[in-house]
Amino acid sequence: MSTATATVPSVTRTKSRASLSRSRRWALYTSYFFLILFAIFFLAPPYYMIVTAFKSDAEMARMATNPWFIADGVTLDQFRILLKNTDFLIYFKNTVIVTVLVVAITMVISVLAAFALGRMRFWGSSILATGIFLTYLVPDTLLFIPMFQIVKALGLLNSYWGMVVVYPTLTVPFCTWIMIGYFQSIPKELDEAALIDGAGHMQMLTKIFIPVALPGIIAAMIFAFTVSWAAFVYPMAFLYSSDQQVLTVGTVTSLIRGDVYKWGMLMAGALLAAAPPLVIYAFLMDYYIAGLTAGATKG
Amino acid sequence: MAEVNLRQVVKKYGDVEAVRSIDLDIPNNEFVVLVGPSGCGKSTTLRMIAGLEEITAGDIAIGGEVVNDLPPKDRDIAMVFQNYALYPHMTSFENMAFGLKLRKFSKDEIRTRVEQAARILDITELLDRRPKALSGGQRQRVAMGRAIVRNPKVFLFDEPLSNLDAKLRVQMRTEIKRVHQKVKTTTVYVTHDQVEAMTLADRVVVMNQGRIEQIGPPQELYHKPRTRFVAGFIGSPAMNFIPCTVEAHGDGLRVRLSDTIALPVPAARTAQYRTAVGKEMTFGLRPEHITEPKPGNGVSGADTDFAAVLDVVEPMGMETMVFFTINGTEVCGRVEPTAAGEAGTSMRLHANMEQMHLIDPATGLVL
Repeated sequence: MSTATATVPSVTRTKSRASLSRSRRWALYTSYFFLILFAIFFLAPPYYMIVTAFKSDAEMARMATNPWFIADGVTLDQFRILLKNTDFLIYFKNTVIVTVLVVAITMVISVLAAFALGRMRFWGSSILATGIFLTYLVPDTLLFIPMFQIVKALGLLNSYWGMVVVYPTLTVPFCTWIMIGYFQSIPKELDEAALIDGAGHMQMLTKIFIPVALPGIIAAMIFAFTVSWAAFVYPMAFLYSSDQQVLTVGTVTSLIRGDVYKWGMLMAGALLAAAPPLVIYAFLMDYYIAGLTAGATKG
Repeated sequence: MAEVNLRQVVKKYGDVEAVRSIDLDIPNNEFVVLVGPSGCGKSTTLRMIAGLEEITAGDIAIGGEVVNDLPPKDRDIAMVFQNYALYPHMTSFENMAFGLKLRKFSKDEIRTRVEQAARILDITELLDRRPKALSGGQRQRVAMGRAIVRNPKVFLFDEPLSNLDAKLRVQMRTEIKRVHQKVKTTTVYVTHDQVEAMTLADRVVVMNQGRIEQIGPPQELYHKPRTRFVAGFIGSPAMNFIPCTVEAHGDGLRVRLSDTIALPVPAARTAQYRTAVGKEMTFGLRPEHITEPKPGNGVSGADTDFAAVLDVVEPMGMETMVFFTINGTEVCGRVEPTAAGEAGTSMRLHANMEQMHLIDPATGLVL
């Protein structure tokens, strides 16, 4: 009797374990299938870009070759011509200046705004916080006409300094929003402990909040960097001369002449332009994810 | 070190009155525990002393100086929080040194003070670790260290042991008492755990619904509660409350609990309870005062004994809790393990009437 009762549950257990592992296996197969599908879908364009950037013009012109592989051997000609014969380096320099300044301005404004809105109790703070986010929802394609008037009035039309003024209107609202969430996820006892320890609000921000919220701040920095590095509409509308142009618009306007596309150089330019964000993402990805998921597991 | 005085302190959140005009004087060096159920206003009171909450009315003075409008940093207080509130990016040393650095102490002085506090709390070897690498008990020690190094006028503890497991809580309780005996700083400690309150306090302040119910040394609160709330809140298991009527019996008085059970009031209390004769009252007796009959454990022997059918019997090891009902009210007694009967059987029990309380149900006051 006792043997029988001991055996029955063990059989049942084995069965359920087997079905559990089978369903796990199927879940894994399905996940892998879709992961691979999406990886191919998203990696195809960058792959095409890399392959084309290292091809010669002659190979590209030959219709008989397979465009997905390099047939005549790797060449750096496209890069050499791009860097020597075009204004690519000027665009690159302008983009770096604009991006660094925009990131700096964004971080100063957003951190201070988020600290005030996220941690200080005052009348209307939550309405203000929502209002800031709502401004981010207005697309820049709608804003660039009134923005044009403002930039013109400031005398910054056709100057990359105009971009330094304009881009924060895109970056500050979102970065502030991200950091409000991050600051709010920090326990309030931490600022109370700092207050009792003798810290003023500025010391609390610099010595406690910024170090503790670093993942959130880095996430916001990456966002600001990406927006100003990849912005297209505003430079397209506000910058005309080559010496003021930034990478996104400069590369396209100087390498597409009418219906002539300099594909090799376009791809080489795109590859060089994509390199800094790639490097930054690679180093800071963990922080980025931690920043975007802040508060997800805390009560 | 300083005394703390609260004068008619009120705290309102909109229309809700969290603290209702309380007066409290805490002399220098005293360890006072504010205790009460959730929402009784004890933490709010502590936070008002700390300066983390503004007061709606009244005065709070620390060391004779009214501090109503002073920010926390200028009140010379230190606080230990329930969730430790250690700065996660700093080592234990840096956590403890932070307040001193902000107050521009010299590096040597900071090192001396932190090391001294670390020795008191036995955390010298943890000074280089960050909070993430510390256990709950170690974090709480560092949090206490952060308070000690400042050598403040007043220590404030806000349920500091609530996040620890039961065993560690007992250890840390002893630790807190030991530290207070060494540094002797005036301490205000908030807890909802009456055992913590009883073991730590020089005086306990029992709060309920924003008011102070009673202030007194632990033993006084235990033996001479002034209200039904205090009588029920202090002591574990809680005091038994049984509806009763007081009746005259010869020269003395009797407390009638049911048709069959009427217990004699001790002669010394007859005069005190005379006014209650004929009234519906509440009889209060702690479980430890309901025992098995034994020689020399009561006033008048057989009169104070009664029979009860046991509903539940809970052996605790050194004692056994027995549960039974009198007129529909559940009552708990505490008997010797060998004396306890089985559930469902009848057992003779003895009520130690010297320890009885009589409560007016209308006012909730103990007579």
